[in-house]
Amino acid sequence: MKILVPVKRAIDYNVKVRVKSDESGVDLANVKMSINPFDEIAVEEAVRLKEKGIASEVIAVSIGPAPVQETLRTALAMGADRAIRVQTDVPTDLGGVEPLAVAKCLKALCEKENPSLVIMGKQSIDDDSNQTGQMLAALMGWPQATFASEVSLNGDSAEVTREVDGGLETLAVKLPAVVTTDLRLNEPRYASLPNIMKAKKKPLDDISAEELGVEFKPRLKVLKVTTPPVRQAGIKVDSVDALIDKLKNEAKVI
Amino acid sequence: MTVLVIAEHTHTEIKPSTLNTISAAQKISSDIDLLVIGNDCGAACAEAQKISGVRKVIKCDHAEYAHNIAENLTPAVLKIARDYTHILAPATTFGKNLMPRVAALLDTQQISDIISVEDEKTFKRPVYAGNAIATVESSDDIKVITVRSTAFDKVPAEGGNASCEDLDAAETSDMSRFVKQELSVSDRPELTAANIVISGGRGLGSAENFHIIETLADKIGAAVGASRAAVDAGYVPNDYQVGQTGKVVAPDLYIAVGISGAIQHLAGMKDSKVIVAINKDAEAPIFTVADYGLVADLFDVMPELTDKIA
Ligand SMILES: Cc1cc2nc3c(=O)[nH]c(=O)nc-3n(C[C@H](O)[C@H](O)[C@H](O)COP(=O)(O)OP(=O)(O)OC[C@H]3O[C@@H](n4cnc5c(N)ncnc54)[C@H](O)[C@@H]3O)c2cc1C
Ligand SMILES: Nc1ncnc2c1ncn2[C@@H]1O[C@H](COP(=O)(O)O)[C@@H](O)[C@H]1O
Repeated sequence: MKILVPVKRAIDYNVKVRVKSDESGVDLANVKMSINPFDEIAVEEAVRLKEKGIASEVIAVSIGPAPVQETLRTALAMGADRAIRVQTDVPTDLGGVEPLAVAKCLKALCEKENPSLVIMGKQSIDDDSNQTGQMLAALMGWPQATFASEVSLNGDSAEVTREVDGGLETLAVKLPAVVTTDLRLNEPRYASLPNIMKAKKKPLDDISAEELGVEFKPRLKVLKVTTPPVRQAGIKVDSVDALIDKLKNEAKVI
Repeated sequence: MTVLVIAEHTHTEIKPSTLNTISAAQKISSDIDLLVIGNDCGAACAEAQKISGVRKVIKCDHAEYAHNIAENLTPAVLKIARDYTHILAPATTFGKNLMPRVAALLDTQQISDIISVEDEKTFKRPVYAGNAIATVESSDDIKVITVRSTAFDKVPAEGGNASCEDLDAAETSDMSRFVKQELSVSDRPELTAANIVISGGRGLGSAENFHIIETLADKIGAAVGASRAAVDAGYVPNDYQVGQTGKVVAPDLYIAVGISGAIQHLAGMKDSKVIVAINKDAEAPIFTVADYGLVADLFDVMPELTDKIA
């Protein structure tokens, strides 16, 4: 059983983003970039399925300019077998490649590779869209199990526990299917140095977006990007009595 | 312009997030239809007909709609989707799961989690965990949108007098099957709708200690939330999580106890009206957004606060 894992290169989650003064976007110059945290969880899950003998091959995919190859090398170092980069000059951050176009690329790759399962992140932490997995499932006519916190495979179906607003929900989806990861699915491993070295020798193929027949003409034009209103830090109170007094008489919220 | 709002409901009741979504729809047009897809959902439809601002309720009732299986709901939405210029749903796990599926089959780039309607094709949405706000313009014919509930007031649940029309069920499939659910049951107000939210973090130290948060919450009628660290450590269930990847709340009063204030947590609560932080570390980032900060050991001050408040 083949598993396809789409991974996105995104701003590192520890970085405090700054909006550019001309409001054209956020400043990504000299900013640390990493694999989108949810996608790291997706790679981990796929690699564990391979280690259990359930999956036969794990293929990492990323769509974007040359630097996404680093993200793919991270996935390979974690245990993916090979990687595919879909080439485009369109950047991966906000205003660049959009979920619908990414889903179309992934569809073309699914038709080529015939995976039984696609495991991907529920959300990119840059554009916060939370769309691509559901879109891919729709375009393929496949079932989807989003926001997964537990996945178990039994033959031709997967049982997936999902984190929903009211608690947890379990679905059984027939394979092939798309699963999107939530934070508590697993704790990703660190790639060891030997595995990082080994990853350099694993196959990483390039394919152009044109070859897949996908256009990246944006449907959503980013007119501007602004800083949200900054909350002024308030005051420190020195006792519980002072706090209650403020809440009652100044803020009037209790 | 005509807007279709997809109702989030429990088959017997309309969920409050639907009222916020209708309010966002009103910023686009006054021609608003509400689609209720459910199983035995007559009661929800009756409630829907009374909502202020709704022109027509469309009822699509079938046993296969008992659970919100996106694979089955999508074809029902698509039966009527092309009659509308905009299709809106709340950006809850319900809407987030369903709407991209609808959008993809309409060949539309969805606009997620909007916080403002600038005009019929221009919207604002938070990105980068709320550290930036993007103004985006859609060029798609049908705009598929999810709405951040906290950014729009609810329309009144009463006062309307909409007609109700039946829509035949669409084809369903068994590719996705509901197995079970474990929903948190609580007498407390719902996290995203509460006027007061008290959240606990890793500082609580254990699941047992979380009763410190719950006791105060129950005394003042607050909802209980948590940081990711508290959920990961198993102090509370996942649906308590507030933040970039959990729930977004904006109550009148938010009290953060033993929470450091990581950007991903702030993303889910920094639009609260009044923020209180209790943390023993005076340098904790949570104090940069708190109106009132109390630098103290929570185990010392929480019992006193619970005792003296209200
Ligand atoms: C992709 C991604 C998404 C994320 N999404 C979310 C999200 O949605 N929501 C979220 O919350 N986090 C999220 N996180 C995690 C986030 O980065 C932080 O790790 C998390 O919020 C920390 O939780 P905490 O403040 O409870 O724990 P800590 O950072 O460990 O803080 C504990 C605090 O408690 C204080 N404390 C300890 N003991 C006491 C005491 N006795 N009295 C008073 N104070 C005390 C400490 O001073 C400290 O400030 C996400 C992370 C990633 C990578
Ligand atoms: N450029 C990309 N390359 C590969 N995968 C992507 C890309 N963009 C998004 N994805 C995948 O889609 C998921 C959801 O992203 P989004 O819909 O943008 O929030 C991510 O977690 C990735 O798994």
